[in-house]
Amino acid sequence: MPSIVFTSALQRHVECPAENVAATTLRAALEAYFARHEKTRAYVLDEQGALRHHVVVFVDGVQVRDRAALDESVGPGAEIYVMQALSGG
Amino acid sequence: MSDRLFVSTRKGLFSLVRDGTWWTIERVSFVGDAVSLSMFDARDGSLYAALGLGHFGVKMRRSRDLGETWEDLAAPGFPKQPEAPVETLPDGKPWPWRVEQVWALEAGGQPGELWCGTIGGGLFRSRDGGGSWHLVETLWNHPKRKEWFGGGADLPGIHSVLVDPRDARIVRIGVSCGGAWRTEDGGETWTLSSKGMFAEYMPPQRRDDESIQDPHRIVQSPSRPDRLWTQHHNGVFRSDDGGRTWVTIPNVVPAVFGFAVAVHPTEPDTAWLVPAIKDDQRVPVDARVVVARTRDAGATWVPLTRGLPQTHAYDIVFRHALDVDDTGSRLAMGSTTGSLWTSDDGGDAWTCVSNHLPPIYAVRFARG
Repeated sequence: MPSIVFTSALQRHVECPAENVAATTLRAALEAYFARHEKTRAYVLDEQGALRHHVVVFVDGVQVRDRAALDESVGPGAEIYVMQALSGG
Repeated sequence: MSDRLFVSTRKGLFSLVRDGTWWTIERVSFVGDAVSLSMFDARDGSLYAALGLGHFGVKMRRSRDLGETWEDLAAPGFPKQPEAPVETLPDGKPWPWRVEQVWALEAGGQPGELWCGTIGGGLFRSRDGGGSWHLVETLWNHPKRKEWFGGGADLPGIHSVLVDPRDARIVRIGVSCGGAWRTEDGGETWTLSSKGMFAEYMPPQRRDDESIQDPHRIVQSPSRPDRLWTQHHNGVFRSDDGGRTWVTIPNVVPAVFGFAVAVHPTEPDTAWLVPAIKDDQRVPVDARVVVARTRDAGATWVPLTRGLPQTHAYDIVFRHALDVDDTGSRLAMGSTTGSLWTSDDGGDAWTCVSNHLPPIYAVRFARG
């Protein structure tokens, strides 16, 4: 099953342990995770369901480019990393 | 006088209490996180804080014990945006239906009712103390709303929500850049309410267009609610008819530009501004921090400087960073460079509480 790991910067705000989820697309993987951890959703996605402007996701080390659809395929052993974009001060 | 003050900053919410003759920082909440504003609700003693977590979006928190503990609340959010047609700002860029920042938060007339203005342009309403929020679609769907544009942010924002003390169905709002608006039927219908405001910086054909005015902040006299004061991008305006018409107040010293304005709770002719050099520089005139006060409805203004830095001071006071308490004697003011001042005599003399806070977005006394 794909695994989802969140940046420690997010764990400061909301509980989001790394977990495995049963899914074949990125969207389905995130939805499966949010079904278990509903509060995490609003930290990662905006109200339109897209990745927040300053959130980035890597799948097996490759940055996700379609930030609204999130419909790319993820393999059974995929590693999904949810991180913050580097900005600010 | 109010002995409790909440200071919202880029790096947390500071709760100050008056300890005899001095203000003490009693507590810092949300250290490291931006707090765009707070609101103490005198109806039930709740303290609300609006956070902007940067990467992770806007969050709302509530405390029932003055900041000792906090609970998560729903954050205001838009409904699903239709895929077509693509909504655009007047300059053709996309206008995403997204709350970028909470920019106004006020108690409504019914128990548990709250109004929330946002950068993004949405006005939201809660009827359950922030447990849930609903976009005020009557305003959002108004054709003139689509003429709004951003001022200092990519998207327009609602920064002032004024619930009329005589009748809570009358609500006025201020939009940067979208003019002043009012409803008299609890939000069923909305009317532009910026007649008389003007914007010299716009092309002449749009100078007087009510829907593109940039009021930076609008306040309402509690004792004469038809008296409104606006610090506008172009200058200062006053209304004596509940916002139906506005007159320019041209003679503010040392300048008519600024962001913040406050009005005395019982003397409608008394108001305070924090002037600065406009547009091109946005620093205090001659690098001196000055509060301008009128006591005659804007006919004359006195620059107040005692206790404020008068050399090489580059503090700007944002639109929510000046407040006056219910007595009209105690004021607080916070700056972009983290300076916090208070006055106990209507601004005649100021005391520096700190020069070392994070950049200050908003100050608010606990009232009631």
